[in-house]
Amino acid sequence: MNALVEPIALPSPVHPPHARTYRYDEVDREFLQERIAEFSGQVERRLRGELTEDEFKPLRLMNGLYLQLHAYMHRICIPYGILTATQLRQLAMIARRWDRGYGHFTTRQNIQFNWVALKDVPDILRALAEVDMHSIQTSGNCIRNTTIDEYAGAAPDEVVDPRIYAEIIRQWSTLHPEFTWLPRKFKIAITGAPQDRAAIQVHDVGLQAKRNDRGEIGFEVWVGGGLGRTPILATKLRDWVPEDELLAYLEAVIRVYNALGQRENIHRARIKILVRDLGDAYRERVEREFARLPKAKYRLDPEIVAQVAEHFAPPPFAALPDSPPATARALEANAEFAAWARQSVRAHKAPGHASVTISLKPIGGIPGDCSAEQMEAVAQLAERHAFGEVRVSHVQNLVLPHVRQEDLPAVWQGLRAAGLATPNVGLLSDIIACPGMDYCALATARSIPVAQMISERFADLDRQHEIGECFINISGCINACGHHHVGHIGILGVDKRGAESYQITLGGSATNDAALGELVGPGFAYDKVTDAVETILRTYLAHRSQGERFVDTYRRIGLAPFKEALYATA
Amino acid sequence: MPLLEIADGHLLADDWVPVAEDAPLPQAPAILSPARLRDPALAGHNGRLGLALDPGTQPEEIADLLPRLSLVQVVLPKPKDGRAFTQVRALREHHGFTGEIRATGHLLPDHARMLRRCGVTTVALPEGADLEAWRRSAEVVDIAYQPAQDEGTPLGFRRRRLRAA
Ligand code: HEM
Ligand code: SF4
Repeated sequence: MNALVEPIALPSPVHPPHARTYRYDEVDREFLQERIAEFSGQVERRLRGELTEDEFKPLRLMNGLYLQLHAYMHRICIPYGILTATQLRQLAMIARRWDRGYGHFTTRQNIQFNWVALKDVPDILRALAEVDMHSIQTSGNCIRNTTIDEYAGAAPDEVVDPRIYAEIIRQWSTLHPEFTWLPRKFKIAITGAPQDRAAIQVHDVGLQAKRNDRGEIGFEVWVGGGLGRTPILATKLRDWVPEDELLAYLEAVIRVYNALGQRENIHRARIKILVRDLGDAYRERVEREFARLPKAKYRLDPEIVAQVAEHFAPPPFAALPDSPPATARALEANAEFAAWARQSVRAHKAPGHASVTISLKPIGGIPGDCSAEQMEAVAQLAERHAFGEVRVSHVQNLVLPHVRQEDLPAVWQGLRAAGLATPNVGLLSDIIACPGMDYCALATARSIPVAQMISERFADLDRQHEIGECFINISGCINACGHHHVGHIGILGVDKRGAESYQITLGGSATNDAALGELVGPGFAYDKVTDAVETILRTYLAHRSQGERFVDTYRRIGLAPFKEALYATA
Repeated sequence: MPLLEIADGHLLADDWVPVAEDAPLPQAPAILSPARLRDPALAGHNGRLGLALDPGTQPEEIADLLPRLSLVQVVLPKPKDGRAFTQVRALREHHGFTGEIRATGHLLPDHARMLRRCGVTTVALPEGADLEAWRRSAEVVDIAYQPAQDEGTPLGFRRRRLRAA
C-alpha cells in the first residue's frame, strides 16, 4: 500500500509535416520494452513447463496470440486504426520475414498475421516496438482496441475529434489493474460526427461525442450492444457525460460489469447479457457507483486533453481551391479514373483536399488481404500525397485521410500499379468476410470463398452501380466476426448435418438506423448462395422506387416478396 | 502456505487461521465467514478477526462488519476470474478499509502488479510458487497509465511511475 507514485508529464509532439497520431516518448517506449520483457518471461516459463497451457493461454491471448487451424495467428494492435507510413512499412517487413508475404486487415481496424511461428513472436514484438507498435490487449478478456470513424479529422460533419478520446481510453485501459480479467472481452467505439461511422450501437460501449449549447464537449453513452450468437443493439445509458468525467463514468460502467457479469457460461458473459437481464437495475447500479467514486481521482483534466489533442493537430493543409482544373480534366477524359473517384473519393473539411478509400476487395480476392508490396506502395503514396498517414477502415479497407485534390490522378495511378484501384468502395463487391473455415478453428463453414463467388458473379461494374449501395457481410460461424447481422444482406455459414448451409438475413444496419437483419428462411447450400443473392437483388430491382437503396426498399416492402422469390420455385 | 508481502516482496509468517463454519474459535487470529462474524456468540470475542469474502459477495453487503476486522481475504477461483480486483478496490476506495487484504486462490505471478495496484497487501502463494517470478512480475512494468489505490494525492488521468516502497 505504501508504493510511491510519481506523475509523469505527457510527451509534447514534435510536428513534422506528417501523420497525426500519438507520438511515443521514451517513457512509452520504456513501458513497451518492459511489457515485452514480461511476455518473453511468460513464454520462457511456459517452455520450462512452469505454466500449464491453461494458465499460459490467457497470457498469450493478452498479447494477441491465437492458435488457429494451421498455425498461430498474431493480431497486431493498430490503435483506433491509424498508421504512419513508417509503421505500415514495418508491417510489410514483418509480413515478408515472418509470415507468407501478406497480412489481413480486420473489421476491428487491426492487422492479423495468419502464419507465424511461436518462437518468432518475441522477435516480431521487438520489430513492432521499433515503430512504437505492439499487440497488447488485442485479445483476452480485457478492454480491446478502441475503434473510431476512419475519416476522423477529415470528415466535414465532424463535431468532436474522436481520436483524442480513443487515445486517452487506450492509455487508461492499458494494463488496467482492475479490468484485465473481465468476464469477457470489452470493446469501445467512438464517433464524433452525427453520422455514426463507428457502429456504436453494436459495441460493449459506444460513445457519441458531442457539444452542448456552450460548446462544451460531452458524451452520449450507449452500452450492451454486440453481435455474436446473441445479437443485441445497445441501450442508451446517459445523454451527457461531461468530458472531465468520461473516465470516471467508464470506470463505473465496467466495475458493475466486472462484479456482476456472468462467468460460468462463456456465451452469456458479455456485458450485453448483463444489461439485458438487469434492465434499469443496471443503470441504477452504474449511477450509484458513479455518484460515490472519488471524482478527482479519475478526473480527465481539460489541460491533459489539450496536450493529447496536440498530437492530432491538423497537418499543414495548403490553402487550395476545390476541384482543381487538372483533376477535373482527368475526370472528364478518363472514364476509368472517374469510376474509381466516384466510389473512392470523399469530401474533406479542408478545401482542395479529399479522403481516399483504398479497396482491399479486388474482384475474386480475399477481403482485407494486403501483400507486403501493396503495403509498401500505400506507404509510399501516403508519404508523397497524404502527410504519411494511413487508416484502416472497419469494413476492411484502407484510407488516405488527407489527399490534395490535385494529387488524385497521381494517387490513382500509384494504386492502380499496385493492384489497389478496384472501383468498388461502397458497392456490392465491397464485402466484409471473416476468415472462416480457411483459417479459423471455430468456423462451421467457409466464408472467404463465398465472398469470392459473389464478387465474381457481380464483377460487372455497371451492374453494381445499377444496384447501388448494398453491403454484404459474411461470417463463418455464429460468433459473427463478419458482422452478418448488420449487413444489408447478411450471410451466416453453419454446419447442417455435415454440410455447409448459409442462412441469409436482410435489412441489417450498423449506423444511426441500426437494425439486426431478419432471417429470410431456410439456409442455402454452398453452391446455391450466389444464386440466392442474385434472386434477392433481382427482387429488389423489380420493386425499387426512384432513389431507393436496397435497404430502403426492403424496409418498405418487407420480407415477403424476397421469401416468395427465393422459395416459391425451389 | 508462504505469505508474500506484495509491496516489497518479503515473505511473512502467517499467524491467521481459517476457521470452518462449525469449528471452535481458536486463540489465534481467525478468518471467518460473514455469517459466523454476525453470530451473537462472537460478541465478547477479543481476538483479531478476519473475513473470507467470496467472489459473489459485494463489499457493501459486509460493510457493517469492517470496523471489527483486521483482515479481509479475497479469492480468485480461477486465474481469469477477476471479481476480486473490483472487491478489493471497493474495500479501499468506498469503505476506507485500511487493514490487511489478502489474496488467495489460483494466483499467478502475472497478477502481482494488478493485485498491488488495486490495494491487496498480502498474497497467499500457491504451493510450489516461484518466488522469484512473483518478485520480478510485481516490478517488471513500473509505468502505469491510470489511477489506482497506490497513490495518495489524486493524480487523475496521467502517466505515472510506480516505485516500490
Ligand atoms: C481467426 C481467429 C478468430 C477467432 C478464433 C475469433 C473468435 C471470436 C469469438 C469466439 C467471438 C465471439 C465472442 C463473444 O461473443 O463473446 C468473436 C467476435 C468477434 N470477432 Fe472474432 N475471431 C477471429 C477472427 C476475427 C477476425 C479476423 C475479425 C475481423 C475481421 C474478427 C472480428 C470480431 C468481431 C468484430 C467480433 C465481435 C462480434 C460481437 O459484437 O460479438 N474476429 N470472435
Ligand atoms: S465468425 Fe466464426 S468462423 Fe468467422 S472468424 Fe469468427 S469465430 Fe471464426
